[in-house]
Amino acid sequence: MHIMEGFLPHPWWEVWYALSLPVVAYGIYRMNRLVKERRETLPLLALAGAFIFVLSSLKLPSVTGSCSHPTGTGMGAILFGPALTAVLSLIVLVYQALFLAHGGITTLGANVFSMGIAGPAVGYLVYRGCTRLNLHFYLSIFLAATLADWATYLVTTLQLALAFPSATGGVVGSFYAFGTVFALTQVPLALVEGVVTALIFKYIIQVKGDVMVKLKVIDEKGLGKLREAIPA
Amino acid sequence: MKGEIIAGLAIILFFALFLYVAASNTGADWGGADGEAEGVIAELTEGTYEPWFEPLIEPPSGEIESLLFSLQAALGAIVIGYFFGYYRGKQSA
Repeated sequence: MHIMEGFLPHPWWEVWYALSLPVVAYGIYRMNRLVKERRETLPLLALAGAFIFVLSSLKLPSVTGSCSHPTGTGMGAILFGPALTAVLSLIVLVYQALFLAHGGITTLGANVFSMGIAGPAVGYLVYRGCTRLNLHFYLSIFLAATLADWATYLVTTLQLALAFPSATGGVVGSFYAFGTVFALTQVPLALVEGVVTALIFKYIIQVKGDVMVKLKVIDEKGLGKLREAIPA
Repeated sequence: MKGEIIAGLAIILFFALFLYVAASNTGADWGGADGEAEGVIAELTEGTYEPWFEPLIEPPSGEIESLLFSLQAALGAIVIGYFFGYYRGKQSA
């Protein structure tokens, strides 16, 4: 769930715009180069974008008695890194802000930052860290996607807490207040997103594992091992 | 098959949890988390905060809103289905 239209006061909406713009610009530059120079990655780019489209449209009920939706950005982050994922998220966020009154134009900067940049950055780093630790491939994907989703809502919580510090408890006080709304609701959703993303990666390994090697998501040896484990 | 079973179980568990909460917490209204955040903002500012910008276009009804959300999911699902169908078919050909 994104921050709604008009709900970030000056100067916060400008701050988040200023932080998001350079990353999105860099992402567009990277995407242009990818499209021109490595056309074999295009189907995966479309897949990562489509995954964000589907997952961020599913408003699911959670333990707190309210609903929220997963982000789907973990997949893009693992395959292409945070900058490109920021561009993919921007497309979804603009669609939702313009036609669905979900999120907003004034809060777009903040929402791109949480869903498109912070979450994917966490997912990317977690995945890279797990690979270095030699964790099992699917476990690494699960952790990266789950934490990318959850980090998104932690950042949303922080963004609102900074903009609306509580009179008694300050920023920390309102962080708890917004945290029960966003971060807590998101826990089961993030876990399911992690599991589903890991499953989809099994299919990607089957059909496009070679492109994943080219994108340096996985090495030749690891791919061979994973493919062996999948019965044809 | 292991992956599919784990994912299936996780999803079943997720909805079982939902049903359990729904049965035990009759006060839950299953609204959006963003709407609840609006409530928290009202509490923190003692009702003084007014959103300073309105959405340009608001879906005229809940039905049309769910239509647009379904459209979003459908578009994504078409691309995902095409991707896997095309490349799997190519592999087995």
